[in-house]
Amino acid sequence: MDFVNDFDPRLPGDPEADSFPTAVKVLVAGGFGVGKTTFVGAVSEIAPLSTEELITQISVGTDDLSGVADKTTTTVAMDFGRITLGPEHVLYLFGTPGQHRFWFLWEELSHGALGAVVLADTRRLDQCFAAVDFFEGRGIQFVVAVNEFDGGHHYGPEEVRAALDLAPEIPVVLCDARQCASGTQVLLSLVAHLLSSPVLTSTPEPS
Amino acid sequence: MTVALPRRQRSPGPDAPWVDDVAGRLVRPYTVSRGRTRPTAHFDLMTMVRATGRRPAGLQGPDYDRVLGLCGRPVPVAEVAARVRLPAVVTKVLLADLVDCGALTARTPSAASAGPAPRTDRALLEAVLHGLRQRL
Repeated sequence: MDFVNDFDPRLPGDPEADSFPTAVKVLVAGGFGVGKTTFVGAVSEIAPLSTEELITQISVGTDDLSGVADKTTTTVAMDFGRITLGPEHVLYLFGTPGQHRFWFLWEELSHGALGAVVLADTRRLDQCFAAVDFFEGRGIQFVVAVNEFDGGHHYGPEEVRAALDLAPEIPVVLCDARQCASGTQVLLSLVAHLLSSPVLTSTPEPS
Repeated sequence: MTVALPRRQRSPGPDAPWVDDVAGRLVRPYTVSRGRTRPTAHFDLMTMVRATGRRPAGLQGPDYDRVLGLCGRPVPVAEVAARVRLPAVVTKVLLADLVDCGALTARTPSAASAGPAPRTDRALLEAVLHGLRQRL
């Protein structure tokens, strides 16, 4: 809990702008039960935290003549973890809610994200199709990490790539979501992929 | 023996509005209810906040105290919400109040304000790469 407490020499001419580390965000997506929470927990330096969003659901198809739609409010939890990368950078990993009905939360979560890890389980590969569709459709960079479960048939990355119909530049890596080092390697492959991206800006835009 | 993997069909185009089979169309609470118009309320989960050391004049209550107590170091909205166990949307309102009275200062990271497909700068990515490698 003692991150960045010692890095804040308040600059005389620059009040508070530099007293914040840069927080970056990576999403961990995939179907239900694929190991998202395990992955986040393995690489996080803190026990995963959970934040709730309130969701108001309005039923369509109710009687419009009443002028009042049926509304119910529920909550959906989003698990996340933290990796302090140094005094100036901290990485947050958000596990995305798996159910389709909460997908609009992905829109907010993916806003400003560096990229995403799509966790895949080859026993139920179709569980990750929707996540691939989501990121592909929005131009959000991602890698596919095949979570290797003991006892499952091991498919090669190229078999998974073919089944997912991925663009050739998208990395497909194998991982063990329970292992910190393995998860960290997945994140490294994502960042390396981002660094190879043609839309990268090398310096701040002149204005 | 190899079992054939299921094949994904690429989706034809942009997604339709979010519609749930059971619940119907899903709408954010502040879309259909009140929404604060004060600019300090534009927090997202990654907006960083920290205490300024100034006392929150006029804001009394255990929720404000708990929130402020978590902000001695820079901390994102998501972490404050998780630790006070309040929904993010409620936490944002408390944080906005504290920013308004000068007890907190806030900053949305530039990388988190550039849209869904940000033009990320190379220096930032290299810093992240370096930090991750040091953990191995």
